[in-house]
Amino acid sequence: MKRFLLAYLKSPPAVIGLVLLLVIVAMALSADWFFPRDPLSLAGRPLQWPGANPRFPLGTDNSGRDIAAQIFHGARVSLLIGVVATSIAVGLGIVVGALAGYHGGWVDDALMRVTEAFQTLPNFLLLLVLVAVFGSDITTVTVAVGAVSWPAPARLTRAEFLSLRNREFVQACRTLGMGDARIIFREVLPNALPPVIVYASVVMAVAILLESALAFLRLSDPNVASWGNLIGLGRDVLRVQWYVSAIPGVAILVTVLAVSLVGQGLNDALNPRLRGR
Amino acid sequence: MSGPVLSIRGLGVRLPRNADRSHALRDVSLDIQPNEILCVVGESGSGKSMTASAVMRLLPANVAIDAGQVLFGGEDLVQASEARMRALRGAGIAMVFQEPMTALNPLRTVGDQIAEMFRIHTRMDAAAISARTLGLLEEVRIPDPRLALRAYPHELSGGQRQRAMIAMALALDPKLLIADEPTTALDVTTQAQILALIKDLQRRKGTAVLFITHDFGVVAEIADRVAVMQHGLVVEQGPASEVLHAPQHDYTRALIAAVPAIGAPAPRPVSDTNILQMRGVEKTYRTGGFLGRHARVTHAVRGVTLDLPKGATLGIVGESGSGKSTLARCIVRLVEPERGVITLDGTDLLKLRRREMRQAARRVQMVFQDPFASLNPRRRAGELVAQGPMVHGVPRAEAMRRAKELFALVGLDPAATDRFPHEFSGGQRQRIGLARALALEPEVLVADEPVSALDVSVQAQVLRLLQDLRVRLGLSLVFITHDLRVAAQVCDLVAVMKDGEVVEHGPVAEVFRAPRHAYTRALLDSVPGRHFAGAAPA
Amino acid sequence: MRVLALAGRRLAASLPTLVLILAGMFLLLQLAPGDTVDALLGQMGGGGDAALAAELRRYYGLDLSVPAQLANYFWRLVRLDLGFSAIYGKPVATVILERLPTTLLLMSAALSFAFFVGLVLGVLAARRVNGWTDTLISTLGLVFYATPSFWFGLMAIVLFSVHLAWLPAGGFEEIGAGYTGLRRVLDIAAHLVLPTLTLGLIFLAIYLRIMRASMLEVLTLDFVRTARAKGLDETRVLTRHVLRNAMLPMVTLIGLQAGTMLGGSVVVESVFSLPGLGRLAYEAVVQRDLNTLLGIVFISALLVIVVNFLVDLVYARLDPRIGAGR
Repeated sequence: MKRFLLAYLKSPPAVIGLVLLLVIVAMALSADWFFPRDPLSLAGRPLQWPGANPRFPLGTDNSGRDIAAQIFHGARVSLLIGVVATSIAVGLGIVVGALAGYHGGWVDDALMRVTEAFQTLPNFLLLLVLVAVFGSDITTVTVAVGAVSWPAPARLTRAEFLSLRNREFVQACRTLGMGDARIIFREVLPNALPPVIVYASVVMAVAILLESALAFLRLSDPNVASWGNLIGLGRDVLRVQWYVSAIPGVAILVTVLAVSLVGQGLNDALNPRLRGR
Repeated sequence: MSGPVLSIRGLGVRLPRNADRSHALRDVSLDIQPNEILCVVGESGSGKSMTASAVMRLLPANVAIDAGQVLFGGEDLVQASEARMRALRGAGIAMVFQEPMTALNPLRTVGDQIAEMFRIHTRMDAAAISARTLGLLEEVRIPDPRLALRAYPHELSGGQRQRAMIAMALALDPKLLIADEPTTALDVTTQAQILALIKDLQRRKGTAVLFITHDFGVVAEIADRVAVMQHGLVVEQGPASEVLHAPQHDYTRALIAAVPAIGAPAPRPVSDTNILQMRGVEKTYRTGGFLGRHARVTHAVRGVTLDLPKGATLGIVGESGSGKSTLARCIVRLVEPERGVITLDGTDLLKLRRREMRQAARRVQMVFQDPFASLNPRRRAGELVAQGPMVHGVPRAEAMRRAKELFALVGLDPAATDRFPHEFSGGQRQRIGLARALALEPEVLVADEPVSALDVSVQAQVLRLLQDLRVRLGLSLVFITHDLRVAAQVCDLVAVMKDGEVVEHGPVAEVFRAPRHAYTRALLDSVPGRHFAGAAPA
Repeated sequence: MRVLALAGRRLAASLPTLVLILAGMFLLLQLAPGDTVDALLGQMGGGGDAALAAELRRYYGLDLSVPAQLANYFWRLVRLDLGFSAIYGKPVATVILERLPTTLLLMSAALSFAFFVGLVLGVLAARRVNGWTDTLISTLGLVFYATPSFWFGLMAIVLFSVHLAWLPAGGFEEIGAGYTGLRRVLDIAAHLVLPTLTLGLIFLAIYLRIMRASMLEVLTLDFVRTARAKGLDETRVLTRHVLRNAMLPMVTLIGLQAGTMLGGSVVVESVFSLPGLGRLAYEAVVQRDLNTLLGIVFISALLVIVVNFLVDLVYARLDPRIGAGR
């Protein structure tokens, strides 16, 4: 663990990513403290440029709402959706991938058909269909984002299991008389997990991007302060007051960048073979 | 022409700072005369391959030559420019590598890759090049050279690929050929052919060969002179006959003593009762084929009938693809045979249900080949050994205590039980695997190539341990190996497998002294340096 | 022949996938509140007439049991009848066909841009690994990957259309300008520059990262050492031996990303008001035109399957080991 931490901290990009991520988490946690009012309520004169009014360091949007408040509260929404949707996707993916990869045969065939069906369908389109059918409150959107993101982790887990299944140490466990469930969960899974955990950062990055795109199209929950919502709103005044769209976009970019950098840092730290390459 | 083709003088190669030693090579001096094969022999980490890379100036990025000279025809290659080196590589000094499977570009035809030699180093036109390429393939006696010309590497066998590599290396008649373990990845019969080919071509063309190997059998087969390396130093060099038969240095003596003789030691009496009986065991694999089209059936094991007497060691020898490993896995039921009977002391193992088989598992245990892949990297060594008893209901504390005892039994430090597998060497890991198998107190131990991944000196230690444990614990052993020397040393009975069938079996002394089947004879004849043996093994 | 047989088999294997998707979609839409008739009545304004609704339901076969409707649905699909769009007042197939070319054009442009630029940048980065070029390119890749495409599109409009006035801000071509021939082609190309960059950006990032990693991986393989031992210089080692091997994962990725790219076009077409399939999907969701949405899903799935088929063909041509029965 200590060695892992040292390896992680040795890489400057990984440290930058971690710091950025911590800043965003801090923003999310402190949102209520800095901006106790509802970020979607009217705060002042609309369309004040950033810096024009000291009360609104990042200006106001076309409805006269404080952009800074929306950015802070939006961090909550993005992180929450990212974490929850990723947990759903990765959890589902691991279960499906592990079952398919360890058992092989018809179990594998059946599960892979379903996975393939999900991958054949453009995920954003499926997301649109889900939102069209089940509505667009924040819970539905989160679950929907998770539901369209599981195939990739499932495939990854399956590939890991397939390669580990015939490894000699797994065969050794079978010759010792160990049961299947115990082999899957206690012997194979811990070895298959690291790449999947690393991949979770990709899933999270994509989840945040998916939700923001949905919100931008005004198909996400309009009652939460989401960065995507704000960009969509700013589009109406894009030609002159472009900052309304620009600021939340930077927030998304930084968040996704931070998540990716942390993921890459984890990957490098977990794969010492690749270090220094 | 007189004087050496290649003269290495006081060569030093520095390793990166975080390596386990400062220099890969230190003060290495070697001479290779024209028309001579110099074998550089050593165990892993001795620096023998690094010597080859240093001569070619193809060292890894963070490794550099920091002393000495490499004189090739009077020119110091250490000082030569990169452009000059490129002109020499392939044309002046050519190289053949260990892994014929990966040494050729999988996306280009063999002919194209050989022809590339001419395209970069000569101004020959396309027609001349293709004629020369074909000629080369004929020269290395590849079957159907015209077909091989257009074949992709994956369409050729390992031996054929190595022939193609040799053809490529000899394309421009280089003065020096460096062969880095060129036969290590090959089966013994193919190895014998390739060795003969290299020797033949070398004699005809008068090429000097720097031949790198870990195998004293190969040295005895092919070398004119020998240099023995250890930890980056040349500890002894001289004419082959002297080094092999009157080694001066202790290390050379130890290495040679570890090479088992092919003639079997005096037979031991074998018990009349059989503990394990195999009757007509069959296993087939079906591969590929959609809706039954192009389906290929591989008979991995065909009607194998063998007996293992109590307390004896039954060796199963054969080349890759002979089905010996599949048979081993049938015995422990990692693979389910379709037909046949395998009885252990009267119980038919194949009739057992899964649950019953798990119970019976403790009676037959297996030791695996790969000391790195056969231990779960995330479990502590002691836990790995204790796992088996715990599965069968032994309380954890008791099992861990037993694990420490077993560690002592297999010659490991009992205090090392809480270390992880990667903290052990290959030989030590193999001992852990052995302890794991012994933890269940099995009656039969199936060992699948247990020493083939180990250096020869470590190999000898593990084999001795295995012998010793067999006697002390009253074990019966099924010993799978491709190495006839090892089989001769440890087995009482031996069965020779080819294409899934046992072609010949009997007491090892009889089979090896007077083989009845042609294939057994071919195998024995192929063992490199078969008349060579170190001091009689203890 | 070998290649075709292989690809044909893959194509046949994707049929069950398609059936699975459609059945899943159909059942999903059964859960949706409201149906075509509701949408239709809503469109006509008012809509309290229960008798008319029942009549229409019978007409559209919506009064049948769910399995019967599913069977009907599949039968219609086999005849390539995607139903009728109540919103657009014409068959869904017609609506989709009108929109398809724009999306195909956009996707091929974005794919080519991402693939080739990604390839070049990946190779450059791998050649001087950990040097400043590599650092710059890798950082750029990370930033591109993290950039939300719609936001990039908006910012590009602000910069290139509003401030610099170099490129049009949206649309497929200058409506009413009446351009023909080459002039029209150029006009469309100008309109597609920003959408192509916007859609291709994230894929560029992915390709460049994969290409870099793949190059580094291939450079460690034994045959590269063989090539160097033959006396090849670094450039030839790269072009003759490394490049083609390193490209294999990129080609695989095209197939895997085809769906994602179609999804991305929904957003990009909305940003640049392009009359494509993606924008149609968005409109269908907003207007609750589920018939059209389902049709788009069907066509998209077909498109992805076709792209994968083509990718298989290309891959098999690049890699002789494929289909050799290993």
